Amino acid sequence: MQRQVALIKQSLFDQGYLDEQFIELEELQDDANPNFVEEVATLYFKDSARLISNIEQALERGSFDFNRLDNYMHQFKGSSTSIGASKVKTECTMFREYCRVGNAEGCLRTFKQLKKEHATLRKKLEQYFQASK
Amino acid sequence: MAEVMRSETLNISNNTSSLASPELLHVLAVDDSIVDRKFIERLLRVSSCKVTVVDSATRALQYLGLDGDNNSVGFEDLKINLIMTDYSMPGMTGYELLKKIKESSAFREIPVVIMSSENILPRIDRCLEEGAEDFLLKPVKLADVKRLRDSLLKAEERVFKNIMHKRELEANDIFSQLKRAKI
Repeated sequence: MQRQVALIKQSLFDQGYLDEQFIELEELQDDANPNFVEEVATLYFKDSARLISNIEQALERGSFDFNRLDNYMHQFKGSSTSIGASKVKTECTMFREYCRVGNAEGCLRTFKQLKKEHATLRKKLEQYFQASK
Repeated sequence: MAEVMRSETLNISNNTSSLASPELLHVLAVDDSIVDRKFIERLLRVSSCKVTVVDSATRALQYLGLDGDNNSVGFEDLKINLIMTDYSMPGMTGYELLKKIKESSAFREIPVVIMSSENILPRIDRCLEEGAEDFLLKPVKLADVKRLRDSLLKAEERVFKNIMHKRELEANDIFSQLKRAKI
């Protein structure tokens, strides 16, 4: 089981899904708080699901409120940074750039990619935490 | 006939430390992000600090009793050694919170640290000008927190030593007076 955990973790880093911040989180874990990283991840996915839903609603409305969208992405980027979700963070940055120049098409495209990365990360982290138990 | 000297006569406070409890710094952390709140709380706990976390500047003011309602229970006993606040928050920003704290006679001495995910120099300057103790880039590192803690503990130690020294001087002074009075 240990080897599988190590393999999943290695692949998450090699493929750029996670960065050093994730390691920082793991270093905050101890015997008294052995599930800290999983707890943070759970909070992150709950919170980001909310943000994704808000962004989807805002995009569906058709009229692009770039300020509002940028605001959501700022939050999304923030929490993604805190957990070390590297690919998701990159998509957030790109989305914000498109907001800045008012490119609706770019926003839509990037958002689609962001959701994909987010879903993949979620799945892989679930596998990782499951294998760690 | 020796007169018993009571502490009130000596006019020395028994409370020599503003620490929340022996060796423990009490930190108030403010952040609207639930993930960041969890993270900063853990960083502070690992650094042996007592932590209170709130999700907005408004709640921080309420906690401190600065929200104008003036009904904060145990306000006089509230011992905060450090406030760490996110910069970008809906409603009142960390910068506005910093200003309110520095305007308050009760809390202006408390160091306020601003945290932000954005490395914007004018923003940093503005915060430092307004009296922020430090400006940390997110994600905050454990090393940052430990550095803050150590610097605060040193400051507390200096205050403590000054008070003890003052006590010693006052005690010596009284002793001399007693000797002169040939008691």
